[in-house]
Amino acid sequence: MAALPVRPSVSQRSRLRLFVVQALVLSLFLTLFARLWYMQVLTGESYQVQAAQQSVRDVVVQPARGLIVDDLGRPLVANRSSWVISVDRTLWDKLAASVRAATVRRLAHAVHKPVADLESRTLVCGEPGSLKGRCWNGSPYQPVPVARDVPQRVAVKVLEQSEDYPAVLAQQESVRAYPSPYGVNGAHVLGYLSPITKGELDEATRTHDSTLNGASVVGRAGVEKSYDTYLRGVPGRKLVTVDSMGRVLGDSGEVQSIPGDTLVTSIDADVQGFVEKQLHQAMMTARGTFDKVTGRNYAADSGAAVVMEAKTGRIVAMASQPTYDPVVWSGGITSKELRRLYSKRAGDPLLSRATQGQFAPGSTWKPVMTVGALNNGFSQNTMLDCSSGVQVGNRLFKNYESAAYGFISFARALELSCDTFFYRVGLSFWQRYGSDPSNVHAKEPLVAEAKDFGFGATTGSDLPGESSGRIADRAWKLSYWKAMKGYYCKVDRKNTTGVRDFLHVFAHEFCLGGYDYRAGDAVNFVIGQGDTMVTPLQLARAYAALANGGRLMAPRVAKAVVSPDGRLIKEIRPKVVRRIHSSRAALAYVDNALKGTPREGTLAWKFGGFPLTKVPIRGKTGSAEVYGKQSTSWVSTYTKDYVVVMMITQGGTGSGTSGPAVRKIWEHLYGIKGMSVRPGKAAIPGTAPPAGLPTFARDGSILPPTTKGARR
Amino acid sequence: MTVLPMTRLSVARSRVAVPRLDWVLCGTVAAILTLGTLLVWSATANNDVLTGGQPTAYLHKHLVNIAIGLVLAAAVMATDHRWVRIVTPLVYAGSVIGLLLVLVMGSTINGSRSWLIIGGLSIQPAEFAKLAVVIGMAMVIAERTENSRRRGVGLVDVALMGAIAGIPALLIIAQPDLGTMLVLSATVFGVLAVAGVPRRWLAVLFVAGVTVATAAVTMGLLKQYQINRFMAFTNPALDPRGAGYNTTQARIAIGNGGLFGQGLFGGSQTRSRFVPEQHTDFVFTVAGEELGLIGAGVLIALFAVLLWRALTISRDADDMFGRVAAAGIACWFAFQTFQNIGMCLGIMPVTGVPLPLVSYGGSSMFASMTAVGLLQNIAIRGSQASRALRPHAR
Repeated sequence: MAALPVRPSVSQRSRLRLFVVQALVLSLFLTLFARLWYMQVLTGESYQVQAAQQSVRDVVVQPARGLIVDDLGRPLVANRSSWVISVDRTLWDKLAASVRAATVRRLAHAVHKPVADLESRTLVCGEPGSLKGRCWNGSPYQPVPVARDVPQRVAVKVLEQSEDYPAVLAQQESVRAYPSPYGVNGAHVLGYLSPITKGELDEATRTHDSTLNGASVVGRAGVEKSYDTYLRGVPGRKLVTVDSMGRVLGDSGEVQSIPGDTLVTSIDADVQGFVEKQLHQAMMTARGTFDKVTGRNYAADSGAAVVMEAKTGRIVAMASQPTYDPVVWSGGITSKELRRLYSKRAGDPLLSRATQGQFAPGSTWKPVMTVGALNNGFSQNTMLDCSSGVQVGNRLFKNYESAAYGFISFARALELSCDTFFYRVGLSFWQRYGSDPSNVHAKEPLVAEAKDFGFGATTGSDLPGESSGRIADRAWKLSYWKAMKGYYCKVDRKNTTGVRDFLHVFAHEFCLGGYDYRAGDAVNFVIGQGDTMVTPLQLARAYAALANGGRLMAPRVAKAVVSPDGRLIKEIRPKVVRRIHSSRAALAYVDNALKGTPREGTLAWKFGGFPLTKVPIRGKTGSAEVYGKQSTSWVSTYTKDYVVVMMITQGGTGSGTSGPAVRKIWEHLYGIKGMSVRPGKAAIPGTAPPAGLPTFARDGSILPPTTKGARR
Repeated sequence: MTVLPMTRLSVARSRVAVPRLDWVLCGTVAAILTLGTLLVWSATANNDVLTGGQPTAYLHKHLVNIAIGLVLAAAVMATDHRWVRIVTPLVYAGSVIGLLLVLVMGSTINGSRSWLIIGGLSIQPAEFAKLAVVIGMAMVIAERTENSRRRGVGLVDVALMGAIAGIPALLIIAQPDLGTMLVLSATVFGVLAVAGVPRRWLAVLFVAGVTVATAAVTMGLLKQYQINRFMAFTNPALDPRGAGYNTTQARIAIGNGGLFGQGLFGGSQTRSRFVPEQHTDFVFTVAGEELGLIGAGVLIALFAVLLWRALTISRDADDMFGRVAAAGIACWFAFQTFQNIGMCLGIMPVTGVPLPLVSYGGSSMFASMTAVGLLQNIAIRGSQASRALRPHAR
């Protein structure tokens, strides 16, 4: 090491300077110590008082819920911010009872709500006096909301006149908004939200689910429910310091909330809006139409329509009547609205007729039976008598309006919807395999075919609360008898005077042999009458299988989950449940036969002047009879692209009531005007639903998919 | 001189003479690190949001930082100082590049763009820049005065040192990081003073600095909110939700401590997390509240001892590099400590500078520990040189 010593003069100067620096440092540190002593000892008490007066409030920052968009990226469900008035319980409890009462009165006046209502909302569930449904489920250390979706001027008043509203805060929260493109309602597909229940909160706490808290809202129906975990996002937290009056001093640190993911659906807003309008229109027309059978106008009390992509089972539109405005749930529902939604008189508007309603399928059932017959011994050349009636046991089963067409083929029987033709088919199977009515295990090829087409079980769609429908076969009959025999046998036993009205005759017969699967049951089954029931979605899916060559799909509303910044999180692919066990020839035969319905069959009078050569629509109508009610109107149609099903209860005949509406839907789907088909004018550009997803731009805007018309 | 005799350092086995470590410095640093670890642990133990429900998460991270810091310090201490001179330009260039990267692709935390996020590690290049400026300036003055046999410090020397300090300073202003800028200014001024720059030049520099600062304020180079934030320590109402809130809460926490404090892990204000950034910039408030005047006073005293040792090492250094570098480190630590504790006590503006060796944060810890290692290096060399020249000295 050879560093030269510093030259004396510079060295001496810097040594001197070092002393100065030393002195400076010492004085700095003495200053610090003096100040510390001053703060902690001399004036420490005043700080201790301040420390005791302030408190922290753990504020949960709710995330913005994910959007729900249609196939072209148009928002069906979005968010808007609304003001919520809350009470800080830690401070509230410290206030004198008189001050609290005065504040509640003042607040009640400002938000136009009863004092008692506000008062009960300040209470945490489990406290003495707390009311179920009004009490606060969340943590008492979080602001307790007492009035939601209040006007901004009320919020500003609370914020500005904080001395009049001690321990009361006004904050913004985000609630659901429905932009309603093309007038879309979509309530039953989209669903709604309501506050978390105690049970759900306990479950979330038990499983350490940090996405839920006491102030969360949870999806209750539709895709809001089935994709809730994606849509809800992750709440953030903020620690806010407040003084003894609840004035916010500041906040220390914040954990940002993470907004929920966007759900891309296969619903097309244009088609959905149009289908809703057509269903509504058809019901209105039916209500103005006189029914000769019952001698009064059709009630048309409920209805459903489904538009499905035939290849994939994706739902393009789904309407249900009666419906409700999903907006009523935003920011808390009033009890009056809630009563209406659950009331029988308003027609149970919460019930989705398309997925939860169960109805006898009537003649729309016959194509499935035809496939079954052709797969089990009948041939395409079979000719049977379409007589005006068939004697089955001691009862004469008549044709619709007792018409007779002579010996005809399956194809013609489907076009004409000949009941007696199908009675003979059903009877033949019953005689061949099941003439012992009490044999539960007898072979039932037509039942097996119906099950293969997905009836009698939920479709496995991504909509919650689906009904399974019902196939009234031997097993069902036995189980129904077991369940009900107690009641009917009692009715029969009590009938000592020998009354012979319908109820007592039925009770007597049911008690003795209600489990018997008679020939009458078999012939009723084959024309979709009796106790068999389907949901409109099940029927649409079965017809989609006819359209796509035998693939039974699980219907899907959602196409993908995309993060708010446009990253693909989960792609929801179409799901094949199974291939239908059928010969290709049988499926092709029925497919071809159904082309006749709009051409020269039951739909022909409604499809005059429709370009059937360019858009070959297959179809089947149905008018299911319901005991004690007017008949259910069905039209089920499809092409290679779409399936369109419409159902109206107490609506009359299929073609008469739903025919015009279904035709308009087809014209809209294909851009048909007169006899010309204009793909450019189709509801979805390019006619077929887009296979790709909308484009999520960096600025947050959502653009239509770049690939159009491509099919999956 | 209170250098205790010691046995050979294993890392310095090749040396001819027995090196002498400054054991008081070692002990002081060890005490500060221990106290700091307890304070960081206490500040984060019940902050679930920060630790994800694991009370010792930050304790572990802090201990890892200290371990890395110790390795750095030992490496620097054992390095031959010729190597230090070779490495210095690299360290300097590295921090300038770091500061440039921060401006280009840095992350903004708490209002200033000071952080580089590289593979999950967040690095604050400004911390290393302080060290780089100190040794850079020391090297320039050493080269200039040792090679030429001039008697004084010339204009060229000052201009060179100014350039060394100026580049990082400009980059730090651009972030903007006012706290680091203040510390850097004080450090540079101290280095120049110890380097022997004539008194009138120092006066000119001081006046120029004050003029530039005033001009920046009056000519509107600084935005009103920045000025308010800076001045909030005099009147919290100037920035009630930001710096004003911080300074108020820091004062309440410290005042709440009283003479004996509320006991470690027992401070009500600390438990309730009233003070933001309590494990980093405001870590002194934990000492204030939980250890009281006694404990916080001990912490201040430990820093005083540390600085006394640094200045002594500077005085005893036998070459210009060692003297200026040690003095620069002393000025840096002294002003940063004063700035940080003063901010907690409400006598200095709220600017984000960490308390050296105590605050949680890797960059600050590594730079400080490297500086401690360098101090030891200079101490060892100084004692060797003394002995070589004056075998019977002291």
